[in-house]
Amino acid sequence: MPSKPAISYLEVTKSFGRLKAVDDVSLDIAEGEFLAIVGGSGSGKTTLLRLANRLIEADAGTITVEGEEVRNVDPVALRRRIGYVFQSGGLFPHLSVADNIGITPKLLGEPAATIATRVDELLELVQLDRAAHRDRLPEALSGGQRQRVGVARALAAKPRIVLMDEPFGALDPLTRDALGDDYRSLHRKLGLTTVMITHDMTEAILLADRIAVMRGGKLLAQGTPAELSTSSDAYVLELLRTPRRQVERLNALLPQSGAA
Amino acid sequence: MSLFTDPRWGEALSHLPDYLGNHVRVSLAALGLGLAVSLPLAILTRNRPAPRAVLLALASIVQTVPGLALLALFYPLLLAAASLTLAWFGVSFSAFGFLPAMLALALYSMLPVLRNGITGLNGIDPALIEAAKGVGMTGRQSLVMVELPLALPVMMAGIRTAAVWVIGTATLSTPIGQTSLGNYIFAGLQTQNWVFVLFGCFASALLALAVDQLLGLIEGGLQRRSRLRTGLGAIGIAALVAATLVPTMGRSSQGYVVGAKTFAEQYVLSALLRDRLQTAGLSATARSGLGSSVIFEALKAGDVDLYVDYSGTLWANQLHRTDIKPRAELLADLKTALAKDNIALLGELGFENAYALVMPKKRAEALGIHSIADLAARASNMSIAGDYEFFSRPEWAALQKAYGLQFRAQRQMQPDFMYAAVASGEVDVIAGYTSDGLIAKYDLTALDDPRHAIPPYDAILLLAPKRAGDEKLQAALRPLLGKIDIATMREANLRAAGNDGNSSPDAVAKWLWEKVGRR
Repeated sequence: MPSKPAISYLEVTKSFGRLKAVDDVSLDIAEGEFLAIVGGSGSGKTTLLRLANRLIEADAGTITVEGEEVRNVDPVALRRRIGYVFQSGGLFPHLSVADNIGITPKLLGEPAATIATRVDELLELVQLDRAAHRDRLPEALSGGQRQRVGVARALAAKPRIVLMDEPFGALDPLTRDALGDDYRSLHRKLGLTTVMITHDMTEAILLADRIAVMRGGKLLAQGTPAELSTSSDAYVLELLRTPRRQVERLNALLPQSGAA
Repeated sequence: MSLFTDPRWGEALSHLPDYLGNHVRVSLAALGLGLAVSLPLAILTRNRPAPRAVLLALASIVQTVPGLALLALFYPLLLAAASLTLAWFGVSFSAFGFLPAMLALALYSMLPVLRNGITGLNGIDPALIEAAKGVGMTGRQSLVMVELPLALPVMMAGIRTAAVWVIGTATLSTPIGQTSLGNYIFAGLQTQNWVFVLFGCFASALLALAVDQLLGLIEGGLQRRSRLRTGLGAIGIAALVAATLVPTMGRSSQGYVVGAKTFAEQYVLSALLRDRLQTAGLSATARSGLGSSVIFEALKAGDVDLYVDYSGTLWANQLHRTDIKPRAELLADLKTALAKDNIALLGELGFENAYALVMPKKRAEALGIHSIADLAARASNMSIAGDYEFFSRPEWAALQKAYGLQFRAQRQMQPDFMYAAVASGEVDVIAGYTSDGLIAKYDLTALDDPRHAIPPYDAILLLAPKRAGDEKLQAALRPLLGKIDIATMREANLRAAGNDGNSSPDAVAKWLWEKVGRR
């Protein structure tokens, strides 16, 4: 592992009323790593993600981003340097695709010409046709296209860290597959650190370097898929069994290609 | 004469630039003020449920106050405020006309703007506000770049409702001295000039419709994010405002303001006074349809320069006297009392317009009723109708006390409808006016008042304090003093109560001058 983690949680706790959403979690995410946080609804995975850019403030414990304690960083400045992809895009419906993508550079006061060039680059990067999509409103896009714009927007201010909140959850399987692969290669190409939330273990295994499993606010396990499969925790093993079973069933039901 | 060739359409049209311009001016100012107060309040309370609920409740309460009452309420309120600022800071302001109308209308416009503003801001998908935060917006940036633009269509719908309400309610600002399209309606109702009533209703409805449609265009444009629609709507509104305001701009002072209360005789007399002043080379305008106490206060404050009042009315309502004196003595006392307020009583016009209890002549004879004392014995089986203020006036209390009058029922009516109502037997007795021509027309009789419960009501010409030494003005008015006898005034009033081209106040005023001018 590299020397300094991009994001580090140390004994972090966050409660909403009597509910402990995140309960004494310690977790390091290395620079350049792709980490998936897996868990059911109410497991605390979204809270954990949002603590990193201070959309939610921790009750106790220490969170550092690129070596700085987040509570000492202005939250607005922090959010501008961390990319964030929202669940169903979170695009502003009254702004064009280009204006949505360019929003963070605009907030940072970059000149319009620079932003325009950057928007064109990003459209190409997320494989959207510039002429066809640039000036459209989000409502004119398909779900997959919207999520590509969401990724482009998160990357616009050239962040080194990207947080993703179930980014591909609402998409049809084909789009989801394509988008996941495309993002994975962007992650590698741009040298990003990515933390992605998903409830789908298969997606986590296919995309992430490492997986953290949350349940009831607790971090149950973390490690590569291979490491997780040696876990002694029943819930973790159950989570891992699902993709295996699916593969076995699929293999049984579908004729193997070339077996004709 | 057909409805379309009626000369009163032309007369109505000639007032349009003035009435419409003032109507738009006061509506625009009220809406502007209403927005300037409500929008920030909506924004400030968007995340605070408790103050938001209080605010909405207050605005709803204001909305339940009838428009006319709200407007009327602001007049004494401002009057009190003006006397306070005069006492504390040595400066005063006019509580008449524009200011009270604008403030009341602004208050009236607040509910739809507040409600839609709050609804619009609270209806935004929380995920989008989260996204605004997530991309690095500050609270203010989120408000300006995301929340307000998204709430705008809903807000615009509220502004649209407010605009239509304000334009409609502004027609009620006539009685507190603000010229508006309501001048047509009030004057028309009082003088049975249906052409004016129709014209006023159509004009204000058209204005409201036009503004509604143009704002609707803007609203639709904002909703569909179409710059073209929004722009067209904005240009349309700007053009409408310019077209209505420009014709009356740059007009210098209105000169002398002749006041008139809310009944036909007053409209005729104010037209007559205005004509006299204009003939004498003085510029003058008539401000008619003013409430009874509004007009007196406006004269005292100098917002109205002159008007005709009645001695008994001032005696009871302004001096709060309940004793009755003979005509000449009462006038002398009144003159002294008014002089304390520096109001000049220039003189009497020559006739009396007293309140009198009136019933059909034949019925009175059949029942053997000649005086109010005779009436009192039978009153418990009878109903009485009076104008809107009669039953709250001291004269009514005095009458009840002097004769022990107790009616089965009492009703309030538009003065011009009372005479027909009593003639047709719909009510048994009315509190009519002795100078009204309809008494003769419907063959009615005014009952004697042997106990002198009702004071004399000489028509007197009053001048504002600042005009007390105005020789030119007084010279122009003196030829009228003592010239108008009761028979002539009755005939004039009867003409004004007609419904043809010669019944407009202006036409009757000309007829009246031809009749008395050579005397």
